[in-house]
Amino acid sequence: MSTDAKEVMVEVRRVTKTFDEFTAVSDVSLEIRAGEFITLLGPSGCGKTTLLRMISGFETPTQGQIFIAGQDVTHDPPYRRDANQVFQSYALFPHMTVKENIGFGLRMKKVPKSEAQERVREAIAMVSLGGMEDRKPSQLSGGQRQRVALARAIVCRPKVLLLDEPLSALDAKLRHAMQVELKHLQQKLGITFVFVTHDQEEALTMSDRIAVINQGKVEQLGDATAIYHQPKTTFVANFIGQANILEGRVVSRAGRKVTLRLEGGPEVTLLADDLPDDATTAMISVRPEKILIRKQREESDNVFEAEIAEEIFKGATDQLMLRTPGGLELWAVVANESARQATVHKGDKVFCHLHFDDIVVVQGN
Amino acid sequence: MARKLSGMRLLNLLLGGWSGLVFLFLYIPIVLLIVYSFNASKMAIVWEGFSFKWYTALGREALDHVSGTKRSPLVESAINSVTIASIVTVFSVILGTAGAWLLYRYKFPALRSITTLVYIPMIIPEIIMGISLLIFFKAMSLTLGFTTVIISHITFCFPFVLIAVQARLAGVDPALEEAAMDLGATPMKALFLVMVPYMMPAIISGGLMAFTLSLDEVIVTYFTRGPTSETLPLRVYGLAKVGLSPILNTISAVFIVVTVALTVAAESVKGLNK
Ligand SMILES: Nc1ncnc2c1ncn2[C@@H]1O[C@H](COP(=O)(O)OP(=O)(O)OP(=O)(O)O)[C@@H](O)[C@H]1O
Ligand SMILES: [Mg+2]
Repeated sequence: MSTDAKEVMVEVRRVTKTFDEFTAVSDVSLEIRAGEFITLLGPSGCGKTTLLRMISGFETPTQGQIFIAGQDVTHDPPYRRDANQVFQSYALFPHMTVKENIGFGLRMKKVPKSEAQERVREAIAMVSLGGMEDRKPSQLSGGQRQRVALARAIVCRPKVLLLDEPLSALDAKLRHAMQVELKHLQQKLGITFVFVTHDQEEALTMSDRIAVINQGKVEQLGDATAIYHQPKTTFVANFIGQANILEGRVVSRAGRKVTLRLEGGPEVTLLADDLPDDATTAMISVRPEKILIRKQREESDNVFEAEIAEEIFKGATDQLMLRTPGGLELWAVVANESARQATVHKGDKVFCHLHFDDIVVVQGN
Repeated sequence: MARKLSGMRLLNLLLGGWSGLVFLFLYIPIVLLIVYSFNASKMAIVWEGFSFKWYTALGREALDHVSGTKRSPLVESAINSVTIASIVTVFSVILGTAGAWLLYRYKFPALRSITTLVYIPMIIPEIIMGISLLIFFKAMSLTLGFTTVIISHITFCFPFVLIAVQARLAGVDPALEEAAMDLGATPMKALFLVMVPYMMPAIISGGLMAFTLSLDEVIVTYFTRGPTSETLPLRVYGLAKVGLSPILNTISAVFIVVTVALTVAAESVKGLNK
């Protein structure tokens, strides 16, 4: 990437958007770096599209400001912003050929004809649509339309490309292929991508950073591993991957470590960095795959006994529901057994091992 | 199962027969008229043999009129009709398209009742429409003539364009216009480069509809015409009252062919881009 990684390309500064009484986006601040692939991830209706449309200029914030490349564009119309959008419905112009569709933006910007032709040709090659130049959108498959929509936007070489669930209309296989392709394209072009999805897997696969949005607010911003391993709230923990959310009382503190007594369960020791000094209760998140299950007790930070109350076959993995003697229930995932491996089954009494790094303090919602 | 099937077939047969009868009833007079336009006889309803003579006569009359050798009221009225229909079409297309666009663009609740108002000229009895327009023109002290006929035709023709375009806009992806603006088109450019081409099939079919309706109109025209703005249907009506002449059959046949062609064209354009 030629651009300085720290340069801010898009800044959303304390933006709120209200429709009548309803607040769709609530006091969101976001700094998107140049050349970054950022994903806005959240459930349906959380305000992702609204936020994206404020960046592209189709909605005006009720409060706050939007900057693109350092310029305040809050009140600029879409056609004067250096950002292009790929629409969920693709919105190809039905009366124009593939070539004309892709060339439309350059025509509007009055790029000289020969240069425009060259750039359109380049864009067509980039999305592998050679040979389809003179077709109408109605003569293309869904995947091909998607590529035209993409080419139509990148041919303008925008500073920011905004993508609103561009892959959601494709079948699973094509979607996976396009995820990889999009990511490569983004790295090659060095354009800042703002990508909207409600699919957590898609977000984890593609993004440099993910902004998890819930009810119009950014709950957490970070790279995929941080979002997955250190969720800050119960919402983030639950929305990305699976999580056991457990509550406990603080029973002792020793330096950086704190011990909690879980409701209806054992005591666990964890790092207390994220826990206020005066906290008496805490909520923690434990990923199911972080619980190590053995028939024998092994050396570990935390060991507790449990019975396997439920066993669900998931192909590559088995999902187990553990129940401690005190009645605490939590989920664990184990790799499916090979013929050589000792296995655990429903009804077995087992020992659960948990490293203190794998216990994350989260805030309730 | 087999019984049921044969029952279905019987029903289909009956329905088919019924439709056939309806079509016969509707089209026999028209077919007869076209057949009689090739009648050699001087009498409109007595068959004497096949001939093109009335077509030749009509052609000659038209040529004489155009070259100025001999004035023909019949040809003059035909020219009036086409002129009026053309002007009416242009205005109807502009008004109807603009109207549909505004109703699509600005979705105020008050505008919904306007949509209903637009239907009124389409469904109101023509005689009432004719009389009310006549009163209106008198009240405005307008001299009856071309202008008044054109204005009155526009009032019932443009809703057809409006409704056709509105129907097409009802199915449009709202992102289409946004995509244009996103790519740098001003709202004006987005309208003319993307939305108008999108509406075009509806504009054309609505326009053809307007042209046909204006061309055929009798009653409203009867009330709002002036001495110089006689249209073809009215002239034919006048002549028919005096006596059925074969040349009437001829000109009617030409008229029917033009109308049918335009209607078919309007329908097939509507079917495009669907
Ligand atoms: N023009 C509007 N008028 C009123 N309410 C709106 C408007 N646009 C969006 N909303 C509301 O704002 C909320 C957020 O909408 P938005 O489209 O941003 O959600 P989203 O996160 O993109 O959801 P999805 O994943 O379903 O696309 C929704 O509850 C929606 O009903
Ligand atoms: Mg959305």
